[in-house]
Amino acid sequence: MPGTAIEAVGLSKWFGAGEARTYAVKEVSFQADFGEILYVVGPSGSGKTTMLSMISGILRPNAGKVTIEGTDIWSLSDDALAAFRLRKIGFVFQDFHLFPRLTTAENVAIPLILQDRNWDEAIAEAVKDLEVVGLKDKAALPPVKLSGGEQQRVAIARAIVSRPDILILDEPTASLDGETGRTIVSFVRQHLLSDRRCIVIVTHDSRIYDFADRIVKMEDGRLTGVEREKLDAQ
Amino acid sequence: MPGILKIAYKLLANDRARFVALLIGITFAVFLMIAVTSMFSGTLKRASATVINIGGSIWVMDPSIQTVANTIPLPDYILDEVRSIPGVKYAVPLYAGAALLKLHDGAYQSANIVGLDDTSLFGRPAMLSGNIADIFAESAFIAVKDSEFYKLENPTIGTDFEINDHRGVIVGIAKVASSGLFGVPTLYTTYYRALYYIPNMRFTISYILVEPKTSAEVKAIKQQVAAAGYLALTKDEFIAKISNFYKYQTGFGVNLMLMTVISFIIGLSISGQTFYTFILENLERFGALKAIGATSRDLVYMILFQAAFVAVTGFGIGVGLCTFIIWLARAYLPDYAAIMTFPNLSLAFGMVVVIAAISSYVGVRKVLTIEPFDIFRG
Repeated sequence: MPGTAIEAVGLSKWFGAGEARTYAVKEVSFQADFGEILYVVGPSGSGKTTMLSMISGILRPNAGKVTIEGTDIWSLSDDALAAFRLRKIGFVFQDFHLFPRLTTAENVAIPLILQDRNWDEAIAEAVKDLEVVGLKDKAALPPVKLSGGEQQRVAIARAIVSRPDILILDEPTASLDGETGRTIVSFVRQHLLSDRRCIVIVTHDSRIYDFADRIVKMEDGRLTGVEREKLDAQ
Repeated sequence: MPGILKIAYKLLANDRARFVALLIGITFAVFLMIAVTSMFSGTLKRASATVINIGGSIWVMDPSIQTVANTIPLPDYILDEVRSIPGVKYAVPLYAGAALLKLHDGAYQSANIVGLDDTSLFGRPAMLSGNIADIFAESAFIAVKDSEFYKLENPTIGTDFEINDHRGVIVGIAKVASSGLFGVPTLYTTYYRALYYIPNMRFTISYILVEPKTSAEVKAIKQQVAAAGYLALTKDEFIAKISNFYKYQTGFGVNLMLMTVISFIIGLSISGQTFYTFILENLERFGALKAIGATSRDLVYMILFQAAFVAVTGFGIGVGLCTFIIWLARAYLPDYAAIMTFPNLSLAFGMVVVIAAISSYVGVRKVLTIEPFDIFRG
């Protein structure tokens, strides 16, 4: 049943002190719901990535609060926060960050292995998710043998293998050509979005805006507006 | 194996070039360390060859003696005095000296001469051929078949030679536990024949070999001998004294230490740098793992496992290589003195652990400083 997945209130992040203090994100508040794809857009240096890091439990804010499914994530200890990320959040990094010395299946299985799942079971699950992204036949290959789009799909399979409620995609189309980028995001929308999942995508690629439920815009560390309100149907 | 360590293993082993470079670094360091210390151990063992071969629970000697080869003769009355100590079961004289032999072909060859107590033949070697009783025959000597045996022109029973214008005859061939250090063959004869054939100083007893009635008497015997102005050492103490002399008073020890330190530095340089590069190359991926949900502890375990795996594998290969080289050298070089001892292996293993610890410390420090946020920033 859709509800609030992420709630950020008064989030601020600054670097430096005194007169040298520079705000990367200033007093940002927003919420993301289950069952929606929320885009955070804006020019380079607008604070999108910093904000994304704070809501995903990676970068501690100087002020403000982030609640995911009712849990104030920044009140958790480091280990508890790591475990929370492992269970609840799936990441797709801009540069994929796949391990070239592991097979594709092993790369996908990493979150399960970090959860102390049995190796063979984890690999079997990973292969199932590779099937979801259409790469089952590439399970035994190292990622370097795959194209950019295929690597992106492997990264997506890794992000969903532990069935997280929150999916965070950082510039998912940045390393891909236009058509492949649209195919990937279309796939995310069609196959990964559900009533029990919230997907947040940071991008400045306007070609994929069609796939968003809602788009918020950042500039100079602040949310400057809502580019698109949530539609009832896409 | 826990999955996280399996990932660590695959990251390491699948990076063939770096893995091989790491193994070569550790293996080479281990090989050098063990080879050097083994040669030193072999040398030390040979330096104590006479003590090892003769045996004897307690050796009585002049307090100034540093090695078994540099004897300072004892007066005869000391033998009587030692025999009169209540805890002594028996005490016998031993002659240990050197002589120049003139062999059949006219060549001169120096040799160690061991003169055994005429009554007991205490310290006699194990016979390979001939009878030990023949040592009492006229001009009789027993040749030791060790790595220097060929220098006596591979004698057989009946082979004769000259020793200080006396005729000597080989009446038996024996074997001993260890060859001597200085590359000269060894001949056994009786104590009195040794005195008769070889020029001597006023005093003639090289050592007095003592057997205590019980091991509890050893301390009292040593005290009584010390009271007489001489030194009594157990066999092991005497071997340790000889070893210490070569270690600390000849420069051998310093050279050994230098070679070992150089080997350590070579291993540390190659392995440390390669491991550091390996960590640097994977740094972003470690950051990605951290972002996904790996704890710092997980990453530390991975790095420690990788370092430990390389260290243990490199150590094993290094030991194997060294064993093979020593075996090969012994097959072709009879004089090659090298023995692998538990302390040598322990020292090398300890140093490998230090190399692994330093390498992993550098890697761990680097990995712990990576912020997952950096992964997002790209």
